[in-house]
Amino acid sequence: MKDVLVNLEHISKSYDSHMVLDDLNLYIRENEFLTLLGPSGCGKTTTLRILGGFEQPDTGKVIFDGADITCLPANKRPLNTVFQKYALFTHMNIAENIAFGLKIKNKTKDYINDKIKYALKLVNLDGYEKRMPDSLSGGQQQRIAIARAIVNEPRLLLLDEPLGALDLKLRQDMQYELIRLKNELGITFIYVTHDQEEALTMSDTIVVMNQGYIQQIGSPERIYNEPENAFVADFIGDSNIIGGIMVKDRLVEILGARFSCVDEGFGQNKPVDVVIRPEDVELVKPEEGAIQGVVSHIIFKGVHYEMEVQAGGFEWLVHSTRMFPVGTPVGILVEPFNIQIMNKPESEDEEAVKTDE
Amino acid sequence: MNKKMLSLPYLFWCAVFIIIPLCMVVYYGLTDKTGAFTLANIAAIATAEHAKALWFSLLLSFAGTVICLLLAYPLAMILSGMKVSQHSFIVLIFILPMWMNFLLRTMAWETLLEKNGIINTILHFLHLPALNIINTPSAIILGMVYNFLPFMVLPIYNALTKIDNNVVNAARDLGAGSFQTFSRIIFPLSLPGVISGITMVFVPALTTFVISTLLGGSKILLIGNVIEQEFTQTGNWHLGSGLSIVLMIFILINMVLSAVFDKDGEGATL
Repeated sequence: MKDVLVNLEHISKSYDSHMVLDDLNLYIRENEFLTLLGPSGCGKTTTLRILGGFEQPDTGKVIFDGADITCLPANKRPLNTVFQKYALFTHMNIAENIAFGLKIKNKTKDYINDKIKYALKLVNLDGYEKRMPDSLSGGQQQRIAIARAIVNEPRLLLLDEPLGALDLKLRQDMQYELIRLKNELGITFIYVTHDQEEALTMSDTIVVMNQGYIQQIGSPERIYNEPENAFVADFIGDSNIIGGIMVKDRLVEILGARFSCVDEGFGQNKPVDVVIRPEDVELVKPEEGAIQGVVSHIIFKGVHYEMEVQAGGFEWLVHSTRMFPVGTPVGILVEPFNIQIMNKPESEDEEAVKTDE
Repeated sequence: MNKKMLSLPYLFWCAVFIIIPLCMVVYYGLTDKTGAFTLANIAAIATAEHAKALWFSLLLSFAGTVICLLLAYPLAMILSGMKVSQHSFIVLIFILPMWMNFLLRTMAWETLLEKNGIINTILHFLHLPALNIINTPSAIILGMVYNFLPFMVLPIYNALTKIDNNVVNAARDLGAGSFQTFSRIIFPLSLPGVISGITMVFVPALTTFVISTLLGGSKILLIGNVIEQEFTQTGNWHLGSGLSIVLMIFILINMVLSAVFDKDGEGATL
């Protein structure tokens, strides 16, 4: 197990009377790629700004490598930030932009020049020293913003939706680029995004947030396959969330039909939420299925067909490479290990469940 | 064709009120009373009296511009750091005097500063020494600063509000302290506004004759006063025009300099 680099302890923050973060606890390990994921207003950017020193928490502590840095101003913190809209210095050329942090630290000219060369090579923009930021494309500007941050050799790099302004193809390229950079540099990355695909692609650990609370912390696989509550299930990928009853261990009743599953320990005849991913729903002949229904809608998505099936009074979302025309009677089957059981929230508020890892 | 028709009134306006007068100034400036070509009217700037007036004008308008800049920059910074709801009121306070007649405002200062004016009456009442700055260069500079300060504040304020907060954050993030953030990031990025403000204060200050007449008495002659007198009192339009051309050259130099620095024309747009 690697060492813990950053520890956020009991962080709370509110603007006016609006609570943005409520008693947030989180630790980040050295050399980890951690993503804060959630819808806008969930508190992920505020968390990052508190880490960067641009925002003071109302309560709580930020511990960096064992030292309390809660009150340390941004310019004294051993970390760097890559901002959402690049925030390059438009009155300086690329070399001057990259050299900014090093000049502040009074490094020698030779050292600075070597670092500029190295950083530009790292982000695949050799020879751009004399260009002005305005003459670069969005993707190039973002690379420069990253280069400007990493030349300072921070132990922690904060990235605030750095790919948000780029188009899809470029965004995907940059995702691989970031993973490569992280592996080459050995820096800890904390990444903020609302894009679940981005989070799944790049992260070692994903922290799903909503309304100022952490909903779930885990590896991308865990978050996707075993969401802890309906919010996580709904936010990460498409899913069918159906109310059911846990009859006993390993047996759940959904929409009047009984499915075997692999979950235990929920008790007997307890109401639960059941999550089934659309790609895990198997369409078979009506007589072979656990529930019978009719295909009501179909869209071709390239890799698969996206279908809606009316079955048992529920509209199932189904992804399949096989095509079933609208109106086809089908049966639905789900493998036991593809059924994810979650406790039902006891009230509306509790959808934002507090979870401490 | 239609669009050209629409611009006709403006072209007419330009011709009658700008181009023809300018041509006449040039014509008068380059001829003598007999109508013969001469450079004597322009060379007249070299006479001791005129050179002194020009030098004095440059000096006072420079001083006025520097004081405006020193007052305006901190104010613009404070304004740009405020929320919209707060700063719009203060901006209004600054613009409000501009709605009043320039001449009236300057005359008001005359009344305030007079030997037995309001300020000295109050000072006397408080047993404080009297303030004797009326009819001195200080009074002229005061008048310039008072009248032209908004023209310095607004372009700087405009340039400062355009600076992305994250750019400032980025500088802090890269290790810059407050002073370094200001000197390396905020000030250079606000430079177009500063230059635009300098032009907007320096040019009217250089050519003013109202402020110097009202607050400087008849003792202090600025180049504006000299030109005014040539037209209205001496009646020598040729000399007046010649000196105007010299003054115009100084203004053009200032304009060219600011155009070089303010490439994007950012600060000029209020």
